[in-house]
Amino acid sequence: MYHKEKSIQIKNSASALYNNLSVLRIAPRRLTHFTVVHANMVNMVSASWDGLNYTHRQLQSKEPNVATSTSLIMQAAFCVLPSRDLLVVTSQKGIQMYESDGSIMVYWHALDTPETPTAQAVFARGIAAVYENYICVGVSSGAILVFDVPSKGSNITLSEVLEEHKESITDMASECSGSQECIANLVTADDGGNLCVWKSGEEFQLLNKIPGFDMSCSSVKLWKGTAVAGYGTGQIRLYEAVTGILHAEINAHARWIYSVDIAPFSGLLLSAAEDSLVRVWHMTITPETNSVEVAHLHNECVTDTQICGARFCDGDGYAFAVTGYDLSEIIRYIQS
Amino acid sequence: MSMRTLPLVFINLGGEMLYILDQRLRAHNTSEDNSEKGVWSENDRKRVMNDIVGTMFSKAFMDELLKPQQLYSHRTMKTVLTRLAHASIMRLNPASMDRLYELMVMAFKYQVFLCLRPKDLLLISYNHMDTIREFVKDTPMAVNQVDETHRKIIEAYSSLSEGELQLLRQTLLTFFQDMHVRVSLFLKDQIQNPNGRFALTTSGPVPHGTDVPGLIRIFDCRGREVRRREFLSGGSYTSSIREGSFELHGNRVIRLGMNMYTVDHPEETHTSRAPSVKADGSPNPLAKEELNLLARLMGSMKTENKPKDESGFRINLFNTDKEEAEAGASASAEESLYGVINIQAMQFLVQDEQAASELARIAGQFEEEEEEEKPEKPSNNKGEELLAMMDGL
Repeated sequence: MYHKEKSIQIKNSASALYNNLSVLRIAPRRLTHFTVVHANMVNMVSASWDGLNYTHRQLQSKEPNVATSTSLIMQAAFCVLPSRDLLVVTSQKGIQMYESDGSIMVYWHALDTPETPTAQAVFARGIAAVYENYICVGVSSGAILVFDVPSKGSNITLSEVLEEHKESITDMASECSGSQECIANLVTADDGGNLCVWKSGEEFQLLNKIPGFDMSCSSVKLWKGTAVAGYGTGQIRLYEAVTGILHAEINAHARWIYSVDIAPFSGLLLSAAEDSLVRVWHMTITPETNSVEVAHLHNECVTDTQICGARFCDGDGYAFAVTGYDLSEIIRYIQS
Repeated sequence: MSMRTLPLVFINLGGEMLYILDQRLRAHNTSEDNSEKGVWSENDRKRVMNDIVGTMFSKAFMDELLKPQQLYSHRTMKTVLTRLAHASIMRLNPASMDRLYELMVMAFKYQVFLCLRPKDLLLISYNHMDTIREFVKDTPMAVNQVDETHRKIIEAYSSLSEGELQLLRQTLLTFFQDMHVRVSLFLKDQIQNPNGRFALTTSGPVPHGTDVPGLIRIFDCRGREVRRREFLSGGSYTSSIREGSFELHGNRVIRLGMNMYTVDHPEETHTSRAPSVKADGSPNPLAKEELNLLARLMGSMKTENKPKDESGFRINLFNTDKEEAEAGASASAEESLYGVINIQAMQFLVQDEQAASELARIAGQFEEEEEEEKPEKPSNNKGEELLAMMDGL
């Protein structure tokens, strides 16, 4: 179904972090940006579609105008909003937002770090762009910061802090089907596996809480009102977000899942874990009849590698890319 | 990242160090050119073990480690571990210490990489502590120290969730990133490939709490299963085995963290760098926080009186002294030149003068790069003020 394509070499190896790959397709310029986190820096590579040009850039996590040591980065993700695209980088010290080509930093938000270190780690993790002009970022305390993003410029402001989760945020996702009819448009996940379902607005509204039974949810996506969550046990669960009804449960992987992704136009689902396997599934979701169907389509094994990032490169799922711990390349696969 | 990594790092790296030293001390002592003076007796070996364990598991040292703090650089770790090794009558020269450190780190990297689930990190640590207890079983005081530390570890880590333990594991993996030193024993047992990467099989038991992959279940609105389908997992996994014990004593079940080295095969501890490995390009000057940590850790270790005849109890991790000397020469050629940081200031952070001079001597072996960036604005941090003040002396 898929075959391996030429890999893209990156300047350093990928770190063992959840969702450690972000992809932004820029059709008008016929190129795709990829970002991979290595310790305290983000490797960005822009690949032209004809496969001839690769431009590299490295971004470090640091406060603007301060010459202190950099901090470890937890995640980097592209945020696509109607008016603009931004690259958001979260670390132990704070949150940076760049123009999507990584050229200029437009915003910095410092996290509250205690004077003397506490046993509880401090960091930001979990990034999502939410309808219509919000970027949400999770924090290790469980709080979710909601930023209001103007259509251009750097006048980004912290609009709200959502305090519902009690454990560190792991990942979050906004509704990606493009449908405006969905009631819920954000799902957030934490270390205890709990999922919160929200409706965005001037004041975000909590629609539902789905308990986690103490098993960390490391990656989550929202499609056609269905939350698709990957867990540390290797399970994937599909919940109807607003009601919390469990529609499907897959014993998908033998180790901790690090990444799930959905191709919204085709309903393809991608899952990747520390067991060195990437799996492709197909979901059929009919919200009107409440029916869900999941079929397994394909496996790829990245030998001896604990995978830390996997993303579709386009909305149909024609191609996907994978990163692994200690690996200095982005492996790509395309449909045969 | 996690603020709780240090105790586990020292117990596991320290444990690996003791396994290797034990093997070298037991192995036949006839060096090819008869340069090693003195042969290690059973008593000498036990004394070395007791001295190192006593220092490593001392209350003062462990309490320092248990304070929440970041995991610092390899340089700091190596400095402290060298100091620990030298808490005994044994001496290692830099080339041997480098090789010892590589072995220790690669062994721990292997254990962290391959453990089935994050909670197993604790079982790996307990395996190390169990074996250490065996090494010093004839010395009740040392056994007590190990037990006391074990209790503190259980207290500190038992309540962590799987998610928090995974963060700890991810912090450790970042620390080990890009290290691919090949170890003969690992290559021989095929747990490591010739390119330095560890073998990860798609077979074997699944972790405790995970189901064997291969099943899709569909439910209706009332939670009843309406359909189930199987898929080919591409691996041959089996159900999880029983869980190991997290108590002070008990069967840990997993084998990671147990002593892999045997007496008869000293060549097992040979290492070689994989051809494509790059030396750590980015210079990492010891940040002020790291210096503070180093000073506190050194200060909490008792200093032993050095034997008058230093070379009498030297241990070599190479086959001959000549090899060791050659390795030392090439290593220092590789290291870039750095300026020297003023280290007299450390005397005032460490109360014990002897420990301070020890610290200065060891830290002086690593020459640091001077800060290239703009000088930091004076901060309100008392420690930093003191350092700055002392630097002017």
